[in-house]
Amino acid sequence: MSIIIDEKTRVVVQGITGGEGTFHTQRMQEYGTAVVAGVTPGKGGTTHLNVPVYNSVADAVEKEGADASAIFVPAFFAADAIMEAADAGIKCIVCITEGIPTFDMIKVKLFLKGKDCCLIGPNTPGIISPGKCKIGIMPGPIHTPGTIGIISRSGTLTYEAVDQVTKLGYGQSTAVGIGGDPIVGLQFIDLLRFFKDDKDTEAVILIGEIGGTAEEEAAEYVKKEFPKPVVSFIAGQTAPPGRRMGHAGAIISGGKGTAKEKMKALEEAGVHVAKSPAEIGQKVKKALTGA
Amino acid sequence: MKIHEYQAKQILSKYDVQIPRGEVADNPSRAREIADKIGPRVVLKAQVHAGGRGKGGGIKLAKNPQETEKIAKEMIGMTLVTPQTGPEGKLVKKILVEEALDIARELYIGIVIDRAKEVPVVMASSEGGVEIEKVAAETPELIFKEYINPATGFLPFQARNLAFKLCLEGGTFKQAVKFIISLYKTFRATDASLAEINPLLITEQGNVLALDAKMNFDDNALLRHPDIKEMRDLDEEDPLEVEASSFNLNYIKLDGNVGCMVNGAGLAMATMDIIMHSGGMPANFLDVGGGVSEEAVKNAFKILVSDKDVKAALVNIFGGIVRCDLVANGIVKAAKEFGLKVPMVVRLEGTNAELGKKILKESGLSFYPAETMREAAEKVVPLAKQ
Repeated sequence: MSIIIDEKTRVVVQGITGGEGTFHTQRMQEYGTAVVAGVTPGKGGTTHLNVPVYNSVADAVEKEGADASAIFVPAFFAADAIMEAADAGIKCIVCITEGIPTFDMIKVKLFLKGKDCCLIGPNTPGIISPGKCKIGIMPGPIHTPGTIGIISRSGTLTYEAVDQVTKLGYGQSTAVGIGGDPIVGLQFIDLLRFFKDDKDTEAVILIGEIGGTAEEEAAEYVKKEFPKPVVSFIAGQTAPPGRRMGHAGAIISGGKGTAKEKMKALEEAGVHVAKSPAEIGQKVKKALTGA
Repeated sequence: MKIHEYQAKQILSKYDVQIPRGEVADNPSRAREIADKIGPRVVLKAQVHAGGRGKGGGIKLAKNPQETEKIAKEMIGMTLVTPQTGPEGKLVKKILVEEALDIARELYIGIVIDRAKEVPVVMASSEGGVEIEKVAAETPELIFKEYINPATGFLPFQARNLAFKLCLEGGTFKQAVKFIISLYKTFRATDASLAEINPLLITEQGNVLALDAKMNFDDNALLRHPDIKEMRDLDEEDPLEVEASSFNLNYIKLDGNVGCMVNGAGLAMATMDIIMHSGGMPANFLDVGGGVSEEAVKNAFKILVSDKDVKAALVNIFGGIVRCDLVANGIVKAAKEFGLKVPMVVRLEGTNAELGKKILKESGLSFYPAETMREAAEKVVPLAKQ
């Protein structure tokens, strides 16, 4: 099994005719993702990459039965694209776009309240259920179907973790990037809830980083009601305060959001915390086999 | 993005936030002219992007225009060292000359985005003039908060709640309510990430003014605010960081001597961490982007070898959509153009990693190859110590 997306998921790509949209739609098609439609306002009625293009997400939902969306539109238009997808009834919205202003995201979160949909990202590599469906920009071939769930605020560091567990013989049920921005859609806790109910997920890797308190909240949840083993690594143990480390959300401000605090909270919750990023795979093995 | 106090006050006054009368000067005679106009008693404030200026001699009172000129002469061109600048300090190029006011009370007002609640929060405290982090840690009950509903914005009753909790009355209360509302308007209209008035001054006459002002802005929204973007002061930033930003690279200079170049911010931080776990310290954070190009590798390489503190370097690339052979070609070209000045450990993993390693091996240049992150870190740390 897997969470949120599987082989039945029908994807519409918003911004399909742009450079990024075109490139990554091709990669998703190669992986076997059912890309059923594209949306580029003004280009409705055309075909791109053998996929029908519509003027609106609502049309793509009505005509092609799309239930998930991948967003590749420029930052200043991305908030609108997310809200359009939610309004059209899309259940899983994956926003790859980086650089969306914070106030735009505050508006998006208000709009999404009470709607039956989940937002992944923005500023995320996306979500992949290996062997079934990939919505995003992560390299498909490094993933293997299996029983480890992965939740991460990062891109290439997630690939590193995937690679380590794959080399030890463990595959992934679903790997999700929650995004590197201060305000994102699904958080660690939301995804842990999904993994809790997924019978085929045996353990979860949680890759956090400095900034905010999402890891501390996740630790609290794990302590109270998450029964499966959790392995974690927090990036930025050497990051100085007050500086933004690449991701808009990766900043220690007002003395809050340090790696040390997060690691402590996770350890106290019984999470297997890897101090070095090279230990993630081994920690998973130990959590599952005791050796 | 950060700006200077005088720039923050210019922005605030546009939105009717009350500030002391004052002007900025970059030479002593200009400072004297300002004192002639608004004095005789004025306060001179060094304009640098760092707090704690008073402790380093960056804030001084002058009794008359003559003394103003004398103090300005000492202050402009001085290297100001405060608890926040680090031991190297910061060069003072401009000073703000402001009217000296009688202080009855010093309060605090700050606005930030609360990440857990995903809305802006307005904070007020009776404990102004000291570091708010200290107040938050020691006496959190003295900080009052009002969260903003993004659908309605900041509401007048919320401003009144804060002003009552600060124990303000009469005309001062009315001024404070207006002040807080105007401050939030500024925060929202400029896509700020921080607006902090510390201290918020209550004068002997009961007037409310921003004695100090600090504003930071959301980098992702700067294209909407060209006037604010222009306020960036490159002299306040590390020259290598300025150069890196012109290439759209995320680069931050740090204190160690192991340089690193990585694709992706999370992996870049993790690489810094593993250098520390292997007994070294990173010289920088450098993210060439998840989808790194040959051009980005070249520019990043140039920045890395320009840093005199770097004694050895670690390149850590996890190829995905980006192929390692392309990255290897970029590294070889850059090494030939700029010289391989320090030992460089290269770890390539993912798409076309084998081909990339072959390119490095056959380049005739002496890179140190590594298979894993751990091996790379364990190789580079001793090399930096030699």
